[in-house]
Amino acid sequence: MSLSPPNNGQRAIAVRALDLWKSYDDGAVTVLQGIDLECFEGRSVALCGPSGCGKSTLLHLIAGLDQPDRGRVWVNGSELDRRRNLLNLLRHEIGIVFQLHNLIPDLTLEENCLIPAVAAGTNPHAARQRLGELAERTGLHKRLKHRVQKLSGGERQRTALCRALMNRPKILLADEPTGSLDERTGGMVFDLLLELVNAEGVTLLMSTHDRALASRCDRIVEMHDGRANETVCVL
Amino acid sequence: MIFLKLIVTNLLRHRVRSLISIAGVAFSVAAMITVVSILQGAIGMFSNILSNDSQIIVFERDVSDLFFSNVPVSAAGEIASWPIVAHANPVLFGVVASAGHPIITCFGVDASDARIQKATWLQGERGTFAQKPNEVVLGSRAAQFLSARVGENVQLGHSTFRVMGVVKTENGFENGGVFMPLTTAQSFFHKEGTSSVATVKLRRRNDAAAFKRMVEARYPDLTALEDTEFTRSYSQFRILKATAWAVGGCGLLLGGLGVANTMIMSVFTRIREIAILRVNGFSCLQIGAVVFGEAAGVSVFGAAVGLLVGAGVLKALKMIPALDGYIDPSLHPLLMLVVLLLALFTGLAGTLYPAFYAMRVRAVEALRFE
Repeated sequence: MSLSPPNNGQRAIAVRALDLWKSYDDGAVTVLQGIDLECFEGRSVALCGPSGCGKSTLLHLIAGLDQPDRGRVWVNGSELDRRRNLLNLLRHEIGIVFQLHNLIPDLTLEENCLIPAVAAGTNPHAARQRLGELAERTGLHKRLKHRVQKLSGGERQRTALCRALMNRPKILLADEPTGSLDERTGGMVFDLLLELVNAEGVTLLMSTHDRALASRCDRIVEMHDGRANETVCVL
Repeated sequence: MIFLKLIVTNLLRHRVRSLISIAGVAFSVAAMITVVSILQGAIGMFSNILSNDSQIIVFERDVSDLFFSNVPVSAAGEIASWPIVAHANPVLFGVVASAGHPIITCFGVDASDARIQKATWLQGERGTFAQKPNEVVLGSRAAQFLSARVGENVQLGHSTFRVMGVVKTENGFENGGVFMPLTTAQSFFHKEGTSSVATVKLRRRNDAAAFKRMVEARYPDLTALEDTEFTRSYSQFRILKATAWAVGGCGLLLGGLGVANTMIMSVFTRIREIAILRVNGFSCLQIGAVVFGEAAGVSVFGAAVGLLVGAGVLKALKMIPALDGYIDPSLHPLLMLVVLLLALFTGLAGTLYPAFYAMRVRAVEALRFE
């Protein structure tokens, strides 16, 4: 199934998935059943659907964290299977935000955000400068030296967002980024998320249950039983 | 910096566990340092006895213990007359018993022997040694535990001797021993005409090889070794050294297992954290480096504490009067380095499995189970 939006213009395809299949427990549980997906550069796509429909699994496959049983994935024009080093994907091309922020509790906000820069071997001065920019935009600049335990839920998720964008990835995968937050805080974090991806020209692929948030994305992909059933083009 | 912070944070997160592990390494290192130093000290002291004002030891070929060696006194006399030899002194070693003291080392020596000439005489006259056959000189500690003074009699074995002097040397064995005139010792130990070794000083040290060849040619039953050579090759010393290192090695092995246990617990309890690092671009090697870094931190810190504790134990043992002269409390830099490296090696070796496990953590699985 082709999912190209009508107004893609001259934009390149940032993420492409073709006939993805994935099952667990030796095939007992089939999560993805031939998913096709295309995301254009700089656009935001919301993956909607009930729990267990395969949204997170799809994001994991796109990030190279897991392998599909069948099918192919392209990120920024190159097929994951043919890449020699998937580390570069996580270090430079893709940033990930999880539902549970997944921060390291004993480190400070600053240290958590610098982890991707350390992994990528980024110059420490440049990394701190980048963190400064992100912290300023997300309103965390006064909390940099605070430990994660001292932060509120919203601050934690904003920290996770900063961390995901540290190495200037072209694609941001967000797995229910507001799922653990109350409506108001979730809304604020999502505003920030959209603002940042728009400002940096990042492609956003987000899974969510929240229809209201999904409707603010460029496209919504409805998933059901491991299939992408329909696409609603918002723009 | 974050790397280092990750390592330190993980160690501080479970302080008690880390401290127990550090203590395990520290005790292992301290035990190794203490055992090796005591035995090295003992070997050094025994070597000093043999090399006192001499460079070469002549003794019976293939003998397992110097107490069983027989060197004819006539041979020592002839060797002394060789032009390249400055002096050669026969020394007879024996062990005697006294009431409550089953083992007292006995040295049968000439009046010209360096042990007599260079010792500090606390009581008695140096010049009168070996003038009367039934007179002996006691080491300072032997005088203490035998409660004997100059002029008094002491019972050694089945014989009674008159104490004619009390001497103090730098050597624990000598301080705890008895010096007899050589002829008296030969008679007492039924070894007339023989000594255990002949200690030889050459006019020029460079003649050592020539001297050894001369001994081999003239006395096929005897062998001559330079003092350093002797320390290295004497079977008793080798057994002692091997035992010390084996005991110390076992201690370190236990310390290494402690580190392994700590690291296994450390890795297993933060699989999720490792997954977070993976998702944020950490490579397997970077994950391994964090785990090995923790193990190295525990091992090096434990070894450093162990070295301090070991040094303290040696100092404390040195202060015990009964052990005075037996223990060399100085820690040789080479020994410290070897022990430090061994501790590090065993710690890192013990971390192989947990590091391998951490490197193989699949981020997606670890993160899936909240």
